Amino acid sequence: MQLALFSIFSLLMLAFALGVILLRNPVSCAMCLVMSFVALAAVFVTLDAYFIAVVQVLVYAGAVMVLFLFIIMLLDLREEKRRRVRLSAWVGGGLVVGGFLSALTQVISALPALDVVKPAVSHPMANDVALVGFALFRNFNLPFQIIGVLLLVSTVGVVLLSKKELK
Amino acid sequence: MFDISMPTLAHYLIVSGLLFAIGLGGVLLRRNILIIFMGLELMLNAANLSLVAFSRFNLLADGMPNYNGQVLVFFIITVAAAEVAVGLAIIVALFRAKQTTHVEDLNTLKF
Repeated sequence: MQLALFSIFSLLMLAFALGVILLRNPVSCAMCLVMSFVALAAVFVTLDAYFIAVVQVLVYAGAVMVLFLFIIMLLDLREEKRRRVRLSAWVGGGLVVGGFLSALTQVISALPALDVVKPAVSHPMANDVALVGFALFRNFNLPFQIIGVLLLVSTVGVVLLSKKELK
Repeated sequence: MFDISMPTLAHYLIVSGLLFAIGLGGVLLRRNILIIFMGLELMLNAANLSLVAFSRFNLLADGMPNYNGQVLVFFIITVAAAEVAVGLAIIVALFRAKQTTHVEDLNTLKF
């Protein structure tokens, strides 16, 4: 049952991810990316990471993708014109991706310890958000504050970048 | 005991690697700068998936998942949101200056 759910959602995720890089209309690409993120959130649920799944839907499928769609509409992007593809670029890109995939299969098949079954959690209905919060605010308090500063800096930077004329 | 009905860590890592490869392919092969950006997001999500999988399969002594991985994913999502905001602002500024999002038209720095 778990394996079936995992397979369905990971196949959906990979199919929509392929749609992102294969479709020519930027709006369809963005919609495929949204669906891919939602399917990834479902895969997170099969890993009992409920908080991360909710954050994934809220932040990625919500905020980030709305930003993407706003920009696509603001720039008024049409369907990409077919241009003469450079064969060397395609061969190079394909070689890099193929090399990465072959290295990955070698690494994964060489590690026998990876075949472990998911161990049972001691408290299956544990309060996931509270536990993540404990880890976040006790062990990672300083990085959390620094992330806040980073968000402030990026907000200021975006406002500055979007000014009509930089002086 | 090997239970066939449960996904193993290798399943998650393979899916994560495939997602990363798809994102890498998008970054390398597409010529629209917005789609390249989407490929970057896919690669970040592949890293998130493997981090959550490692966190779930590495139980602590008391049988709870190791939440450090999930906290790291939380940070990655936050930084990615900031990165998307800044990157899209740069793309808009670029579009204002050059009227294009096609990377082959942006060759001012090309040697």
